[in-house]
Amino acid sequence: MKLARDTWLVFQRQVLLMWRTPIWIVIGITQPVFYLLLFAPLLKKVLAPMGATSYAEAYQIYVPGLLAVLCIFGGLYTGFSLLGELKAGIIERSRVTPVSRLALLLGRALRETLGLLVQAVIITLVALPFGLRVDLPSLLLAYVLLGLLALMTSAISYGIALALPNDAAMAPVVNTIAQPIGLLSGVLLPLALAPVWLQTVAESPRRRSQPAAARSRAERMKAASRVTPCSIRGPLSALIDSRSRRSPPPAG
Amino acid sequence: MIETKGLRKSYPSGRHGRTVVDAVRGIDLDVQAGEIFGFLGPNGAGKTTTLRMLATLIRPDGGEALIAGADLLADPAGVRRRIGYVAQGGGTADAVTGREELVMQARMYGSRKAEAQRQAEDALEAFDLTEFADRPCSTYSGGQRRRVDIALGVIHSPKVLFLDEPTVGLDPASRGQVWAEIERLRTEGMTVVVTTHYLDEADALCDRVAIVDHGQIVVEGTPEELKREISGDVVLLGLAADGAGPAADALREQPYLHRLEQGEDGLRLYLDDGAAAIPRLLSVLNGAGIVPGTVQLQRPSLDDVFLARTGRSIEQS
Repeated sequence: MKLARDTWLVFQRQVLLMWRTPIWIVIGITQPVFYLLLFAPLLKKVLAPMGATSYAEAYQIYVPGLLAVLCIFGGLYTGFSLLGELKAGIIERSRVTPVSRLALLLGRALRETLGLLVQAVIITLVALPFGLRVDLPSLLLAYVLLGLLALMTSAISYGIALALPNDAAMAPVVNTIAQPIGLLSGVLLPLALAPVWLQTVAESPRRRSQPAAARSRAERMKAASRVTPCSIRGPLSALIDSRSRRSPPPAG
Repeated sequence: MIETKGLRKSYPSGRHGRTVVDAVRGIDLDVQAGEIFGFLGPNGAGKTTTLRMLATLIRPDGGEALIAGADLLADPAGVRRRIGYVAQGGGTADAVTGREELVMQARMYGSRKAEAQRQAEDALEAFDLTEFADRPCSTYSGGQRRRVDIALGVIHSPKVLFLDEPTVGLDPASRGQVWAEIERLRTEGMTVVVTTHYLDEADALCDRVAIVDHGQIVVEGTPEELKREISGDVVLLGLAADGAGPAADALREQPYLHRLEQGEDGLRLYLDDGAAAIPRLLSVLNGAGIVPGTVQLQRPSLDDVFLARTGRSIEQS
């Protein structure tokens, strides 16, 4: 109960802060539209090996992947805003109050998730005129999965931000994690193009099932029941552990 | 109100974290209810680490502490409810207003919305912040921001308030305002613990001072007691570097001299009656063929206490 209340409190504050920084809203809206429009001319040719014969079919394959990229990469970079708040002393000020420690991060991660989902909805809407077709229940289920994906990657990112001894290491560490995930999940380039060994590597961990899940309804259901809940719990608890470890030597 | 025994904290340091820095090496405290207690010491003395341990932000490696009746190690949540803490850099977000921050802070302490708004309103009145309460924090001056920080620290009327270097970087007028706020909180019955490396702040603001160096309390008492320990006056002789040595040799045997410290820019002489001693000092120096550049007579300061105990000056370390 206290956790829910405190999370809601932190979430509200974060939404307010986002609302007060219009530049993020502008970037948040234009960025996905750019992805969608600028990549469009390449889609049919590149996705032909996956069976795309028309632009409508290409979008059918491309858009779910794009949404997964958005949530994986968008989530992984949320740690930077936490670093900013750590520097400004806002986190420390909160930690001296009895507010739930988990809520401090969960409220923030949920706000990031909300932002990413809004972007996902924009992408979906913009893709409709290009021929994307999806039935509503599947779409809603996809959003739920994408939300869990964003929550998970934000949690990982917060864990990294809290565990790192210095801020400059954040970008390279996140990049190093994001690139192989991007490759192996097949969200950047379809793995149908990959050599066999790479496909084998990609099949072995469960993570490929996440973007793939957004593509096929049957797999989606499996992923929802099997993969996502435990992949969320892992990073979240790692994150709670790492919080207590971060105690930079003070100046005085 | 605060009792600690043997509070310790070390950090790994060095290139691979193999060496260990003992930031705090056994702090014993007994802070009474309703007093302003100061930690005075140079940068790196362990003041902030001690304060952060008492505020539950870092866990001590050893020792125990009882804060307003709550055990620091066994019941940190209980400690958090009873204390307020204001970090050196504050902790306000630029994009929100002071009022919004106060409401948020009250809500983090568990108040419902309406109650939090009332608490924020009271705090704005008490700290005289109403005028700029509805402007974003990014527009505040250093002094305004500091007063908001302190108001945030006491929004829930804690029994104990911890302030880390409350007046660093403030102009003299804002400094005076912050001191006045701290004294007001004390008259309302709050116990206040501050860290500072300003001698005048410790002297003017604190009822009792613990002078800390290298993670330990060097000496503790009221500013008056501490200064009384350095009996009499201090005479400063301004001397060139090559003159200080011979002058010290010439003066060392003078019977009225309690102590002599050689600094970079001359000598500090501790003696009973400075005004009477100056002519005699000058005549001794004259006999040795030395003419000091300047002569000053001072009352001993807390820095002299520090100097007497550690052989170094706070202001120079």
